[in-house]
Amino acid sequence: MATTLDVNGKAVTVNAGPDTPLLWVLRDELGMTGTKFGCGVAQCGACTVLADGAPIRSCSTPISALGSARISTIEGLGGQHPVQQAWVRLDVPQCGYCQSGQIMSAVALLTTTPRPSDADIDGAMSGNICRCGAYQRIRAAIKDAAGLAPAASAGSGGAP
Amino acid sequence: MNKPVKPAALDATRRDLVVGATLVGGALLVGCSPADLLSLGARQDFGAFGPFIKIAPDGVVTVISKHVEFGQGNHAGLAAIAVEELGADWSKVKVEQAPANAKVYVNRALGVQGTGGSSAIANSWPQLRKAGAAARAMFVEAAARKWNAPAGEITVQDGVVAHAGGGRQATFAELLPDAAKIAPPAEPVLKDPRTFTLIGTDRVRRKDAQAKSDGSARFTQDVRLPDMLTAMVAHPPRFGAKVAAFDAAEARKIPGVVEVHQIPTGVAVVARDTWAAKQGRDALKVTWDESRAEKRGSDQILAGYRALSGGKAPPGKLEWQAFDSRGDATAATGAGAFEATYDFPFLAHATMEPMNCVAQVNGANTKLTFGSQIPTIDQLNTAKIVGALPGAIQIETLFAGGSFGRRANFQSDYVAECVHIAKKVGKGRPVKLVWTREDDMQAGYFRPIAHHAVRVVTDKDGYPTHWRHRLVTQSISKGSPMPAKGPEETAIEGVMGSPYLKATPNVDAQVILPDSGVPVLWWRSVGATHTAFVMEHTIDQLAKRAAKDPVAYRRVLYAKAGADRHLGVLNLAAEKAGWGSPAPAGWTRGVAVHESFGSVVAQIAEVKLVNGEPRIGRVVTAIDCGTAVSPDQIAAQMEGGTCYGLSAALFGKVDLKDGVVQQTNFDTYRVLRNNEAPTVETYIVPSTNAPSGVGEPGTPVIGPAVANALLAMAGGRPTTALPFVKA
Repeated sequence: MATTLDVNGKAVTVNAGPDTPLLWVLRDELGMTGTKFGCGVAQCGACTVLADGAPIRSCSTPISALGSARISTIEGLGGQHPVQQAWVRLDVPQCGYCQSGQIMSAVALLTTTPRPSDADIDGAMSGNICRCGAYQRIRAAIKDAAGLAPAASAGSGGAP
Repeated sequence: MNKPVKPAALDATRRDLVVGATLVGGALLVGCSPADLLSLGARQDFGAFGPFIKIAPDGVVTVISKHVEFGQGNHAGLAAIAVEELGADWSKVKVEQAPANAKVYVNRALGVQGTGGSSAIANSWPQLRKAGAAARAMFVEAAARKWNAPAGEITVQDGVVAHAGGGRQATFAELLPDAAKIAPPAEPVLKDPRTFTLIGTDRVRRKDAQAKSDGSARFTQDVRLPDMLTAMVAHPPRFGAKVAAFDAAEARKIPGVVEVHQIPTGVAVVARDTWAAKQGRDALKVTWDESRAEKRGSDQILAGYRALSGGKAPPGKLEWQAFDSRGDATAATGAGAFEATYDFPFLAHATMEPMNCVAQVNGANTKLTFGSQIPTIDQLNTAKIVGALPGAIQIETLFAGGSFGRRANFQSDYVAECVHIAKKVGKGRPVKLVWTREDDMQAGYFRPIAHHAVRVVTDKDGYPTHWRHRLVTQSISKGSPMPAKGPEETAIEGVMGSPYLKATPNVDAQVILPDSGVPVLWWRSVGATHTAFVMEHTIDQLAKRAAKDPVAYRRVLYAKAGADRHLGVLNLAAEKAGWGSPAPAGWTRGVAVHESFGSVVAQIAEVKLVNGEPRIGRVVTAIDCGTAVSPDQIAAQMEGGTCYGLSAALFGKVDLKDGVVQQTNFDTYRVLRNNEAPTVETYIVPSTNAPSGVGEPGTPVIGPAVANALLAMAGGRPTTALPFVKA
């Protein structure tokens, strides 16, 4: 069944059932493999993309639910987005598998909250699991991209 | 992940592997080394600079890594070792993954090609220095001939070969045609480490950070090949069950489903894409033969372990094995002895990328494309299925989305499953096996349950005089091609060799390894995942009984044991953490120290309770890992290892009920999230020793550091079981 989606500013027509999760349309049909499969139940955030700028879990979003939403994926950031540059500057990735999702969540955060507090970062990033535990560099890279000084000094190690 | 570096064990390992290999090939090749045998059929055509260094006509240097990169940052460190000696321009260096070749790319610590035991940098250190130095010597010799200058006066730095006296210089690109014709020296002169300009600096950065930040890094999940099919498998709900019958009628009705096959591990649905494969798999009706399945729950297994340590006679041939017996430890009885038991659950590795593999099988012409951790074992297991020489199995190793030990599997479980399916599909058609998170979490190969019982008698000053230790866990290496000889080191490491036992005159330490039907495996830092906790938390309880400061108490024991490196990291961590000064208001510090994989790590964690759950703030880490090749990646491994260990200590637990794994996904197997993560500071002890492990030693220390902080709180209690947070 043909459905038209807006992915990274391009109209694309896909042949998939309406209940097919956006993740598998992106990966298998459109060949955009930057968005990752991690859990399939919206628990880990590896599949995070933006719909009209807001982070969604593409593994659990059927394409029929998208309507006319503008979808942005990691590929759409172009590779030199300020958040991506901060990720590279701080050597954030380890295995790297979760990082597309982390970066998309960070981009959404900084779009709505250009100068995020520690609590803002906690709120925006707790849905993205990193089993390598690159968490403190993720926090630092978000601040770096926002032009904020690293490491808040409240409490022990910045923890609330 | 796995086995610590044990040169003495290598011979046995290799003998065992010969047996495995001859079973495969059907022909016994007398006089052949295992490496020769296992690499038969492998490509051997390397360029002028050997199997580890390629230099393109434009002068760009590529370092070939024999080790998989699944997060540890070893590609950066390995490249830096070769580049330091070669004198190439680091900013332009590339890293490529080696093909499978058990001889050329053998891990000198494991005896096979593979990554594990935190050994990548350590086993490659002399090898890559030599490879880099030999290539440098070839450029120097080429320049010396061309310029008619003494080789000793020629320098190489950042890809430029120069003779200052003669005012000549040339790039690698310019000298390449001549240098490639020079025979590499057998014993090239290595740099004096005091003249290193790259190793040990923060210039050693990851080469994959850009690709891993823009979505272009290629993982197994991302492989797309012409005509490729995707497979999912229905697995039995209990370990050891088999397919009795299945009905695929509904599965075949799903658009996109192409084939359905019974394979040894279940029923595979093969489809045109992942979503069709999943829908097809979910529509299968399978009846399982559970006559030989493991039906015990994890509570029952643990109860059996407790009974054994409590004195119940072991069944059948099972027996206790002594691994440290000194003095008269039978006297470790009587009133006033310290007694404690500790329980540790099954743990899942839960890598971000669930297990997967791509296989193309066309008889002896077989290729695997995936994040292979032990290519030699994966070749061996594949060869058995397709009927080929192991060395002829091609493996293209990709980035893997984490492993933590999971992908170093003697049975190559998910690899073999994929090969079986691809063999049924046949004709070399690519098949990608995809496991869902649920498949991955319920497939076993867990960190085994472990139970410790400790009884310690102390002298008038509170220091141990008698130490009785009983350890019950499941063997990891049993049934593998590399079975343990004697007490299994992966079970007892960390108790065996502990400085606290060395400081104790009377020791009676024994282990017993009952079987279960639950497959178990190494899990980042292996034995240390439980032994570090037991030793370090016991020490803090002993210090508390003696009314002594836990850092001061350790210092006395390290002095008795001659554990200088332990003392070094402890003192460094204590200084940096401000031990002795008050912790920030509301926080309590806990300390732990542990040696694993040749490195010693001390951590001091600041902990408080929030809604009854431990919250960890600042964690000061000191590590002695010999020569620090890549300080920033060492810090990254301390940060990540701490999170991995903390996740398990706080939340990690796999339960079996009547043999069925209860956890299915991250909603039931809770893992550490960003808002729960500590801030880790890393300090490296300066050292001129050869490099030792980094990937695992940061994992096992945080659990006991947190337990010791909880103990130190007002009214604090000892921790006798993990995880801290009960589900």
